[in-house]
Amino acid sequence: MLVEEKNALTEDIEQLIKKFGKKRSALLSILHGIQVKHRHVSEHAQQEIARLLDIHPVEVYSVLSFFAFLNTNPKGRNLVRICQTISCDMKGKDNIVRAIERELDVKIGGTTSDNKFTVEYVNCLGLCDEGPAMAVNDQVFTKLTPEKAVQILNKVK
Amino acid sequence: METKSKKRTGPVIFSGYERGSAITKALSMNREDILLEIRESKLRGRGGAGFPTSTKWMLTAAALSDEKFIICNADEGEPGTFKDRVLLIEYPELVFDGMVIAAYTIGAQQGIVYLRGEYEYLYKSLQDYLEQMRKDNLLGKDILGKKGFAFDISVFLGSGAYVCGEETALIESLEGQRGEARNRPPYPVNTGYMGKPTIVNNVETLATVPHIIMKGSEWYKKMGTGKSSGSKLFSVSGDCEKPGVYELPWGTKISELLQLVEAANTKAVQVGGASGFCYNKSQFDRALAYEDAATGGSIMIFNESRDMLKVLDNFMEFFVDESCGQCTPCRIGNVKLLEGVKMIHKGEYTFAYINKLKELGKSMQVASKCGLGHSSSNAFLSILENFNEEIFNRANGGANEN
Ligand SMILES: Cc1cc2nc3c(=O)[nH]c(=O)nc-3n(C[C@H](O)[C@H](O)[C@H](O)COP(=O)(O)O)c2cc1C
Ligand code: SF4
Repeated sequence: MLVEEKNALTEDIEQLIKKFGKKRSALLSILHGIQVKHRHVSEHAQQEIARLLDIHPVEVYSVLSFFAFLNTNPKGRNLVRICQTISCDMKGKDNIVRAIERELDVKIGGTTSDNKFTVEYVNCLGLCDEGPAMAVNDQVFTKLTPEKAVQILNKVK
Repeated sequence: METKSKKRTGPVIFSGYERGSAITKALSMNREDILLEIRESKLRGRGGAGFPTSTKWMLTAAALSDEKFIICNADEGEPGTFKDRVLLIEYPELVFDGMVIAAYTIGAQQGIVYLRGEYEYLYKSLQDYLEQMRKDNLLGKDILGKKGFAFDISVFLGSGAYVCGEETALIESLEGQRGEARNRPPYPVNTGYMGKPTIVNNVETLATVPHIIMKGSEWYKKMGTGKSSGSKLFSVSGDCEKPGVYELPWGTKISELLQLVEAANTKAVQVGGASGFCYNKSQFDRALAYEDAATGGSIMIFNESRDMLKVLDNFMEFFVDESCGQCTPCRIGNVKLLEGVKMIHKGEYTFAYINKLKELGKSMQVASKCGLGHSSSNAFLSILENFNEEIFNRANGGANEN
C-alpha cells in the first residue's frame, strides 16, 4: 500500500485523537479542537474525523450541526460574540452592536470583507452583573461602552 | 477578569475553608456516616430542580458496578446565572473537594467537570488547579494515604447548547452524541455516563458539601426554612446599584434582597432565569425557597422604565433558539408563543387566540420531553398574568414601536 500523504488537517485530527482518545466520547473535544484552529469543521475534516474514529461521516455531521459553537462554513479570523440576553440588553447591548456594525462595516451575523471579524449574537455569557458583555475569541470583555468595544476590536490582530 | 477582587461573605459557602480539610475528615469517616450527614443536612440540588442530594448519592452508592462517575455540571446556561463561574474562579477548592468526597462516598473512580463553552477562558486555570491537587495527593492513587482510594478529575468543554445543562443531554454530549435529552427512567444514578451509575450535581451543590462535612448537618440546618435548608447563592443582575453574587439563607424575601442590592423603583423580578417566573410588586413578600419562589439562583430586576413585553420577547427568542427540536410541544410551542408576543407588540391579536396560547403553554409543561419544554412557558404565563394591564393597555392598543 502506498504511503498516503497526510495533509496538515489530518495531522491535527490525529494529534487530537492522541490527546482525547480514539473513541466516540472524544468526538466533541476533537470537533472543538478543529473548530478553534481552523474556525470551522469542513466537509473534508468531517470525513477524516469519521475515518479515524471509524464511524460514519453523517454521525460526525449530526453532532456538529447540533452545537452553536461549531460550524461547517469558515468564519472570519476573529469571532466577536455579543451577549443578547436581557440583562446585557438592558445595559445597552444595542448601542454596542450598532457601534461595531458601523465601525467594521458589517451587519450582525456577518463577516467583514477582509475576513478579519465575524460578528454574532450569543446567549447569556454568564457575565450579567457586568454587562454589556462580549467575547472575542476565547476572551471576554465586560462593562462595555460603544467606544470601548470598538477600541477593543481595533487592537485585535 | 480572573482576579479575586471582591471580598465575599456569607454563612456557608463564603465562610472560609481550607483546601483538603473536608477530604481529610471524610476519609476518616465511614461512607454510611457521610451519607447520613448529607441526608440530615437536607441538602437539595442547586442546579434548579432541587432533588435531595443524599437520595441521589445513596442510589448511586447502592448501585452495583465496577465503574462509577461524578459529573460536576458547570454548564450554567440559565440566563441571569453566573454564580458557578464565581465558584470555579474563586472557590475551586470547594467544588473539587466536594467531588472527591462524593467519589469516596459512592465509590467512583472518575470525575468530569462539564464546563460550558462560554467559559473556555477558565479551562487552563482549572487544569492547573487539578494538576496541583495531583501533586498534593488530593487526586490520584491512595488519596491522602487512604489505601485503595483512587480518583481523578478531567474537564470537558461544551459547545454552546443550553439544553446540555439538562443532565441526560449532558451525558449524551459527553458520549459524543447530539445533546438531546433522554427518556427517563432510567436515571443517571443507575444508567448514566457510558451506561454506568453516575452522579450529576451542580457546581454549588458540590461546593456546599465540604462545609457540611466540616461543620455538621445540625449547624447547616439551622439556616434556611424547613423545606429549604441552608443558604443559597443568588446571581443578581438588572436594575440595581449592586449586582453580583450574594449568599443568603433560603427563605429570604424578594423585598429583602431588593433592599440589599439597592434596587429602586422596581416593577418586576424574574426569579429562576428565563425558565423561571416573573413577580410583580404585590408578590415581593414571597420567599426565595424551594417551596415558594424557587430558583437555581438567577434574579433579574426590572424597574418602572422597562417594557415587560420586550423582556418576554427576549426570553422566548432564547427558548426558540435553544429548543433541541426533539419533541413537538417544545419545538413548535415556543415558536407559537414567540409569535404571540410579536402579535401583541403589533396590536394584532385577539384575546381568544391569546387564551389558546396560554392553554398551549400549559400543555407544553406536561407534554414536553425534558425540563426545557416543561419550564419554557413559565415566563410567558407569569408575565401575561402578573403584568396583564401593562401588556394589554399598551399605547396604540399595543402598536407602539420601541
Ligand atoms: C434545559 C435545562 C438546563 C439545565 N442547565 C443546568 C445547568 O446549567 N447547571 C446545572 O447544574 N443544572 C442544570 N439543569 C438541571 C440538571 O438537569 C440537573 O438537575 C442538575 O445538574 C442536578 O444537579 P443538582 O441536583 O446538584 O442540582 C438543567 C436542566 C434543564 C432542563
Ligand atoms: S422539551 Fe425541548 S429541549 Fe427538551 S427534548 Fe423536547 S424539544 Fe428538546
